Amino acid sequence: MKPEALLHPTPAGLFCPIGNFYVDPVRPVERALITHGHSDHARSGHGHVLATRQTLDIMAIRYGEEFAGSEQAAAWGEEIFVNGVKVMFRPAGHVLGSAQILIEKDGMRIVVSGDYKRGIDPTCDPFEPIACDVFITEATFGLPVFHHPDPKTEIEKLFTSLKQFPERSHLVGAYALGKAQRVIRLIRDNGYSDPIYIHGALARLCDYYQGQGIELGDIRPATIEKSKPTEFAGAIVVGPPSAFQDRWARRFNEPLIAFASGWMMVRQRAKQGGVELPLVVSDHCDWPELLSTIKEITPEQVWVTHGREEALVRWCELQGIPARPLHLVGYEDEGD
Amino acid sequence: MKPFATLLDRLVLTPSRNGKLTLLVDYFRTTPDPDRGYGLAALAGALDLKSVKPAMLRELVMERMDEVLFRYSYDYVGDLAETISLVWDGGAKDVADHAPQPRLSEVVKRMNSLGRTEVRGAVRDLLDQLDTSGRFAFLKLATGSLRIGVSARLAKQALADMSGKDIIEIETLWHGLTPPYESLFAWLEGRAEKPVLATPAIFHSVMLANPVEDGDLEKLNPEDYAAEWKWDGIRVQMSSHGGTRKLYSRSGDDITGAFPDVVEAINFDGVIDGELLVGGTKRTNAPTRTFSDLQQRLNRKTVTGKMMDDYPAFVRAYDLLFQGEADVRSEGFLARRDRLAQVIEKAPHDRFDLSDLVPFTDWSELDRLRADPPDPVIEGVMIKRKDSPYQAGRLKGPWFKWKRDPYNIDAVMLYAQRGHGKRSSYYSDFTFGVWTTTEEGEQLVPVGKAYFGFTDAELEVLDKFVRDNTIDRFGPVRAVKATPDFGFVLEVAFEGIARSTRHKSGVAMRFPRIARLRQDKLPRDADRLETLTAMIETREGTL
Repeated sequence: MKPEALLHPTPAGLFCPIGNFYVDPVRPVERALITHGHSDHARSGHGHVLATRQTLDIMAIRYGEEFAGSEQAAAWGEEIFVNGVKVMFRPAGHVLGSAQILIEKDGMRIVVSGDYKRGIDPTCDPFEPIACDVFITEATFGLPVFHHPDPKTEIEKLFTSLKQFPERSHLVGAYALGKAQRVIRLIRDNGYSDPIYIHGALARLCDYYQGQGIELGDIRPATIEKSKPTEFAGAIVVGPPSAFQDRWARRFNEPLIAFASGWMMVRQRAKQGGVELPLVVSDHCDWPELLSTIKEITPEQVWVTHGREEALVRWCELQGIPARPLHLVGYEDEGD
Repeated sequence: MKPFATLLDRLVLTPSRNGKLTLLVDYFRTTPDPDRGYGLAALAGALDLKSVKPAMLRELVMERMDEVLFRYSYDYVGDLAETISLVWDGGAKDVADHAPQPRLSEVVKRMNSLGRTEVRGAVRDLLDQLDTSGRFAFLKLATGSLRIGVSARLAKQALADMSGKDIIEIETLWHGLTPPYESLFAWLEGRAEKPVLATPAIFHSVMLANPVEDGDLEKLNPEDYAAEWKWDGIRVQMSSHGGTRKLYSRSGDDITGAFPDVVEAINFDGVIDGELLVGGTKRTNAPTRTFSDLQQRLNRKTVTGKMMDDYPAFVRAYDLLFQGEADVRSEGFLARRDRLAQVIEKAPHDRFDLSDLVPFTDWSELDRLRADPPDPVIEGVMIKRKDSPYQAGRLKGPWFKWKRDPYNIDAVMLYAQRGHGKRSSYYSDFTFGVWTTTEEGEQLVPVGKAYFGFTDAELEVLDKFVRDNTIDRFGPVRAVKATPDFGFVLEVAFEGIARSTRHKSGVAMRFPRIARLRQDKLPRDADRLETLTAMIETREGTL
């Protein structure tokens, strides 16, 4: 069987004609398999959704209980047959509940990695390499310029800055699902036990993470607790980056804007966003990790989905690994 | 290299002056000699480092990397030094965070000891040994393009802040010292006496004036002050000692090579502060020529004979710092001026003259003189306390500059962009336009951009208008509604105006700022482009 007969790109997303399902579709479809809860991968309005329990829970938190017609939870490593096609979910190490999906039929094995990373992250299960014929990889940071440093040393920068600017509120931008909880956890693991203030958009997801046994410590809403900016002097506030450009941010004392993201590797990106303290903390693979993962899995073919497709395809070609870009659109809405 | 690289990373992204000072003070306090001295030199533009050509850096990168992948990377990052710092070794994993890295002082010494053929190998080794941010700092230093928004003045202010010493004392010493400034730091930290300068034939930091602001003059007695014309040239310092004659710009750049006509005419020993101009001195009865004529002579390393004939340069002397070897800076302004007059009297008449005093009895008389000066190359008046000593830096009180009234127009807000730092949640950078007739009828054409001049309360008003009336977004920029009957009229003040081929409107303003919010006006009442071009023609006509 040719791999394209088992799975191929369509405008709605990757489609499996034999199993009649899509993976991470960007439009409402009859049957969807979802890798993880980020809004560019997990959308509401599908007829039936198959995903991990945690991804289903996250979708319900974000879209309401009625996010799909019906749902089915996949356990790690469980063999599930969808119209005769075997599928299996394995951890991707991206955010809580994030999975790679193995799709197999007549000996042809395709792995859709979704978004993934290889670094240590106490807030989710680590990536497990799966042997396969076709490995479909993301390429969000698929350029040689991206190599994410140890997140611990990045978080130390926040504490250095707090010492240098004890009067300023440190506003740490982090996407609501995954990054925010990981950053809070990194701050805690650095020995910080004071309250951390969060934007309202993070509250339910932080509660959910805590309910899943991921300890985040004393977190409080940043909205109602205090009335004067000076009361936030020296405080750590975590929120979605978009909020810092809004009037919301004016309640804080001489706010110092930090942003935890893989994009912060490039100074100009930080400068354009008005970020004073870039923290290179990413939930995606950097360039060396993308390369080492492909070398480790040794697939027959590599398909590259969203991100910097051309550079990773070029590298595969130089290595003699057949590779093609899929040119899927609609991802990267809720990036890193 | 690590502390300096970390400092650069933070300075690049820290917009506020106080924030920068905090970071600088922290760096100077925690970094050992001689590294901090080289760091200081790099920030103050005084570091001498063997330079590296970008072409060689590209070649080094390509030794280990696919050209196509490098091109993708460069296209994405946009800055050569930063790209190379990130993709070095083909984008392999970085040097371990706690691995020992060369110190800044080692890097400087190693680079400066290299022969021509050794540079390539040494740069390769250094790039291997440094981490990403160290590579960035090194490449910025070696390619001579350290643009991080820190002036030499700010670095010296940080030295003053860390030590409690007066910045004037630091300025006075500055040009007599060389990197890595160990004697300076020893004195700043109270471990040694103040360093003694070897010779006065160096550049001495200049004394600067503050602009006159509302209410400043009412508090001052006109009898205590003298006035001079403010000429539209460039401020220079002539330093001559034991046969060594130098001409410096006001920031201490040596411009001797570009002005041999002036330098060779120097027949005195000492240090003189003045204005470099082209044309004739008043003692030759030839007119002083405009700033655009002077510009023909600026930013050149050497100069042709024809250029000197067509644009003869001279210095209009303002002040005397040293007479021979005697430091006269502590004397009063009028006392120094008497000495200066004697020196200039004996100097060649075609290259030097003395700036005239402008007699006045009260501030309103001076105001009238300022508004209507006798020469078009005058841009206002200088007001100097008669007994003021010559003190480096910009102190408030002894010297003021009072320029001719700036130009004013009413313009319409077209685009707004968010500011930085404290202003990052406000739309505080405004592009404004005026009316012009095009094939499609009456249109607003952008003529400039301003991001200061308003109060915090006014900023609230402007920000709210932008948020409530956005019609389009381009990245961080918002377009706002602007029709003849609806929009925001801004009174814009500016210092000068000239023709420009770079701007669509064909005009370019100097230092535009928002003088007043004109909510009382409708966009249809705003000025027209013809008003601006007429200002240019008037200006040209008077010259």
